[in-house]
Formats: sequence, C-alpha cells, structure tokens
Amino acid sequence: MNFDFSDALKQLRDEARRYLAEHAGAKSARRIIEGGAAYDEALWSGIAAMGWLGANIPEEYGGAGLGPEGLCILAEEVGRALAPIPFSLSAGMATDALLIAGTAQQKAAILPRLAEGTAIGTLAWAEGPGNPRPGAISARFANGRLSGSKVPVPAGHFADFAIVAARADSGFVLVLADLADVRCTRLETLDPSMGQARLDFDNVPAEALEGDGWLTLRMLLDRAAILAAFEQIGGADACLQAAVAYAKERHAFGRPIGSFQAIKHKLADIYIANELARSNAYYGAWALATEAAELPLAAASARVSATEAFHLASKENIQTHGGMGFTWDADCHLFYRRAKHLALTHGSAPHWKDRLVGLLESRNAA
Amino acid sequence: MDFNDTAEEAAFRDEVRGFLAANAARKDLGRPTSRARSIVAAELARAKAWQAKKAAADLAALTWPTRWGGRGASPIFSVIYQQEEEAYAVPRGVFEIGLGMCIPTMMAYATPEQLERHVPPALRGEEIWCQLFSEPSGGSDVAGLRTRCERAGDDWIINGQKIWTSGAQFADFGIIVTRSDPTVPKHEGLTFFFLDMRSPGIEVRPIRQASGASHFNEVFFTDVRVPDSQRLGAVGAGWKVSVTTLMNERLAVGDTPRPDVDDLLELCRHLELDGAPALGNAAVRERIAEWHTRSQGLKLTRFRTMTALSRGQTPGPESSIAKVVNASKLQDIASYGMDLLGAAGMLSDPALAPLHALFQEALLFSPGLRIAGGTDEILRNIIAERVLGLPPDIRVDKDKPFNAVRHG
Repeated sequence: MNFDFSDALKQLRDEARRYLAEHAGAKSARRIIEGGAAYDEALWSGIAAMGWLGANIPEEYGGAGLGPEGLCILAEEVGRALAPIPFSLSAGMATDALLIAGTAQQKAAILPRLAEGTAIGTLAWAEGPGNPRPGAISARFANGRLSGSKVPVPAGHFADFAIVAARADSGFVLVLADLADVRCTRLETLDPSMGQARLDFDNVPAEALEGDGWLTLRMLLDRAAILAAFEQIGGADACLQAAVAYAKERHAFGRPIGSFQAIKHKLADIYIANELARSNAYYGAWALATEAAELPLAAASARVSATEAFHLASKENIQTHGGMGFTWDADCHLFYRRAKHLALTHGSAPHWKDRLVGLLESRNAA
Repeated sequence: MDFNDTAEEAAFRDEVRGFLAANAARKDLGRPTSRARSIVAAELARAKAWQAKKAAADLAALTWPTRWGGRGASPIFSVIYQQEEEAYAVPRGVFEIGLGMCIPTMMAYATPEQLERHVPPALRGEEIWCQLFSEPSGGSDVAGLRTRCERAGDDWIINGQKIWTSGAQFADFGIIVTRSDPTVPKHEGLTFFFLDMRSPGIEVRPIRQASGASHFNEVFFTDVRVPDSQRLGAVGAGWKVSVTTLMNERLAVGDTPRPDVDDLLELCRHLELDGAPALGNAAVRERIAEWHTRSQGLKLTRFRTMTALSRGQTPGPESSIAKVVNASKLQDIASYGMDLLGAAGMLSDPALAPLHALFQEALLFSPGLRIAGGTDEILRNIIAERVLGLPPDIRVDKDKPFNAVRHG
C-alpha cells in the first residue's frame, strides 16, 4: 500500500508552502481585490521561475515533467495561500487541452510559453447560467473562424489564448483562439481575486484541436475537478487552522472559546470533512497519474467531497470568529469567497453529484 | 502512488488467502450477516474452533511476540489478515476484546507465571475474556465508576455493578477497574484486577437492547473475593492501567457496515418512485452521491493509514474519523432506504423486506453504534482536543474528593 505522495513531492509541497506564505497569502489576494489589478503578476513570474507552471509539461516542451501529482501538490498550496493567479486554469486545464488534443504544431508553439509563464491560457465553455452540456453551446466555428459569446470566462481579460467550446458542421469542437483581438469585458465577481470576463468572438481566426470535442472537454473538466479539489482542500485546511488558532486565543465567559463543546464539535466536523475530502482528492491524484479507468468517478467524488468541505470550513471559520469574522479586515471572507468561486468553476455540486451517480450506475451495470 | 503490497506483504497475503480458502467458506454478499441477533451456544463453539485453527496457523495474534504465539509483526500484517478475512463467513465478536485489550493489559502488568497460565489458552480460544469498565454512573466518564474494592487480608472484596459488558455471559475471566479510595479525586482512587468470572457473588444478566437483541450484559458483584496477587498495577494506579487497556483498542480497519451505497443502489434498481425509476429521481441521486463520497473517503482514509503502517510509520490522526462517520451514515442510509419503500418499509420480515430486512435491522441497530466505544460527542471532543489541540473543557470534579462530587 503506497497511497501517499512520495518524499520528493512532499518536499516540493513544503517548499511551495513556504514560498507562498511569503509571496502570496491573504495579503496578496487582498491587494488584488482592493487594488483592481487583474492578477498578481509578480507572483506569477515568481512561480514561473520556480518551474511550477510547467509542472505537468514534458521536458521536451520546456516543462519540469513532474507529472500530474506534482501539479496536485502545488494546487493544494495555491488554494491554501489564496494565491490570486490562474494556476490550475493555465498550468492545468489549458496545458492539458494542448497535451491531450493539440496538434504537434500547437504544442510546440504554445507549451514552452505556458511553462515559462509568458502565455496564459484559459478555457471558455460557459454561455450564461447552467452546467456543462453540449446542447448549451451555441458559439459557431466554420472555415477557421469563430463567432459567439462566452460568459463567464475565467481570466478572460488577461489570458493570451482560449480553448473555446463551439459547434461546427461536423459537431461539437474545441478550438484554439488567440485573444489579442477579441472584444473582452471584465466582469464584477464574487471573488475579485479570481477575475472573470465576457468574451465576444466576432468571426475571429481559430484552429480546431484534434479529437472529439465533447469527449475532450469532458476529460478536461474531470481533470480540472481534481485540481480544483486540491485547491479546495488547501483552502479548507487554512480555514480550519485559522479557526483553531482563534478558538485557542479568544476568551469569553472567562475561558478560551475553544474549550466549549459547541466550538469543539464544529471544528471536529470540519476536520472530518477535510480528511474525507483529502482522501478523495488523493485518489483523484492517483487516477490522474496512472490514467486509470476510474478517473471520471474519482474526479466526481473528489469534486463533491472537496466542495462540501471548503463550504463548511469557510462558513464555520467566519462563525468561529464571531463578529470580527464578518468584518472586511478579517481574512475569513476571502476564503468564503474563494470557496464559492471554486464550487462554481467546472460545473457545480448538483452537476457533479448527478454525474457521480451516473458513473456508479454504469460501473455496476458492467 | 499505488495500492500494491510490498513483497513481504504480498507473500503474507498469499499465505492468508491459502489458509482461509482451505478452512472457511466465503460470505454470501446477497445475504448479509445479521448484526441484530445475539450469539448463541452453537456459534460460540464455532468461534472457539475457528480461533484454535487460527492459533495453530500462527495467525491469531500477529503483532504479539513470538514467545506468546505471535509473529512480532508490524500492524500492517494484522490489517492484511482482517482485509482477507472480511470476505469469509467466519465467527466474530467473541475473542476481539480479550485478545485485543485484556491480554495486552495482562502482558503489561501480570507476572510471568500468570501470563504462562492465561495467555496460551486465550490465544487458542479455550478461555474467553471480558472487560469490566463501564458502569451505570460511569459511561463516557469512565473514571466516575463507583464499584468498590476493599482490602480484606490477602484479598480484596468487590461490591458494585458493571454494565455494557460484551461477552460476560460466556467469559471465563475479566479485567476490572474499581474504586479503592473514594476520598481522593476520581482518577487517583482506582485499583485494577483480573478475576475469574465464575467467582462466587458474580451475577450476569443480559440487557435487552432497543433492537430486541442482547449483545451486552449487566454484571453484579456482591462480596466477590479477589486475591491481591491478581491486582494489576499499584493500589490507586488503576486509571493508568485502564489507559493501557484503552490504548490497545484495535485499529479500526474493518469494512464499511451495511447497508451502504451499493445496497441502496441495489434497492433502487427494483423500485419506482411516483411512477418513475427511483434512480431517475434527482433527490435520490443527490443523497447517494453524498454517501458515496463519505464511504469512499473513509475507505481511502484507511488506505492512508495502511500506507503509514506499511512504511513503518505511526498513522496520522485521520483514522480517528471512521467510527463517527460510519455510525451516522449507517443510521441515515437505513432510514432512507426504508423511506424509498414507502409503507412497505415498515415490514421487517426478512422474507418480505428487501435484502433480508437489512435496512430495517440497521435502523434499530445503528443508534447503539453511535454510543458504543465512544459516543459521537466524546469522539468529537477527542478529535478537538488531541488532534486539533483545543483546550480541555473545564472539569468541575477534577480536584475534588470523589465522595464530594454528585454522581448519577
């Protein structure tokens, strides 16, 4: 039985935790939220220099070749530190799209830039409310040109290219579009440290990726769900640590509030939810690393479990902090915002629960 | 990451599989073993015979020293044994407490002669042990126990009552913690013994549980004489000895209790809800998904614990979540399965109720799981204090003489 990360990866985790505690953390998220910058560019260059953006990019394309487990480890720390950067989006999802379905030319042109952080990629599937399904896509791709609107697009206002879900005469396709000349509107969002935009593609040039578009998108969403789960367990753990620290130090009725069972049991429940989520997320990491047939089910379980854990931890962290927790100056709301943001990316909990049961049904029928 | 055994573990697993295949029958998964029934005499004989076979194959106490019939093995080998045994219909519930808690306490405190006399027959299943800790006024607060022991020459005289004692009705020996001095604070006035369960003055009465079955007993002590030579630990040091016993509580690595998600899926496959397949119902799907992530999360948490054991490390505190999650989940799934059956959910006749009334039995059995071996509330306190490091609750009885504190 070897269901844990290797010592080398744990060392990477410790390094990442130290680096992000210094260069990211609530301070950095707050700077973006209050200052209006799109993302933390200095942090982005910093982690690019550490090689993290190419964690899952093979060495032949300038990456570090750490594989998906390395990416998972880093995603947890990014989530813990509330880093205001599109890490899992660009180093995970956009990178995966090219690795899975990019042409040789696309890979050679873009992967090295993703690895060095000089290009940021995003994935644009949503067209208003709703969860991912082919019928909800109306963007059109024909004769090498893309038309249609996408909203919300994560990092759409500062990404350099997007993988866009569209319809073509041949069916559902994923296309690669450069965003330099695409009309873009930055949108007001719940978590301004994770900015979103509306993109209007008006007959702009785009290139199709290889393979079946819907299958590829489904794979990308499954893989993204696992990375998001790692960000979520990192955030949930940070909330638990914050709540525990506050409950030890804050006194009321002549004693630390952490000595009251009402607080103890609340925090124990967060611990329980976090451990379940962590175990489910680790299974996702294993499935990614081994390209296991169980990957879709592992992804759905990780997604549902981590979404529930971060929701619980972030709301009860505010509650444990009492009135202070509801102030702008306390960091609790930054985690609360990030928890809901992460719960809504890549399809929300009802979507993943339904998908999970569908996967159980087909597994049991087999 | 992988889920593979090391070479040594794989060789051991093969050995266990060979032993089980040659000596036991596989479980019929479509016919779950009832947890609701009490252990009857015929099963006791089967359990003893099975224990003897395990002992003869050196599989009965893998982590014990070879001197006492063990293999001096790492706990990972016990886990592997349990994993393999789970698939077989073998008797359980008779020797776990004795071999898992009583004998290890004896090993820590008894004399070599006493060990020579008691360990081998316990291991071979010839003698059964029980643990006499809980009392009517000392459940979660074990140290609040009131059973008295008083010195009488070379003996001690025990008077009082124990409760929730598993296996007392067929136990040959027991370990007991008693109050020797009520004038000092509760943890300081306890003294620990082992005793012959057939001593004059011991009366065992079965408790009829809410489920109708009887797994536990009340044990009454009226002027029961125990020689001082059977005292374990110093006079007044009984709490320390009790902690040794409780530290030996078996690492919980057992399979998920049933009914679980797969049973619910199986139930749904044959059910309609308001004229449509139950599994097409969004509310049903949502509940199943949530329970799946909990079951799967627990199973994978066990794998994390096993990983630490396999690497020769101490498992992290994550294994402490298993019981508190499992017990409530079982109760909720049992109740929900019956909801799906509508009025027919009331029927608990195994011939009529799906899966031989598994859901109905679990509904009645599961409240006990949330209490036995640490209530949900005590387990949350333990997680909060020992894992998260939160300060202990204020204990109003801590420094007061035991006889100056209100009980019951």
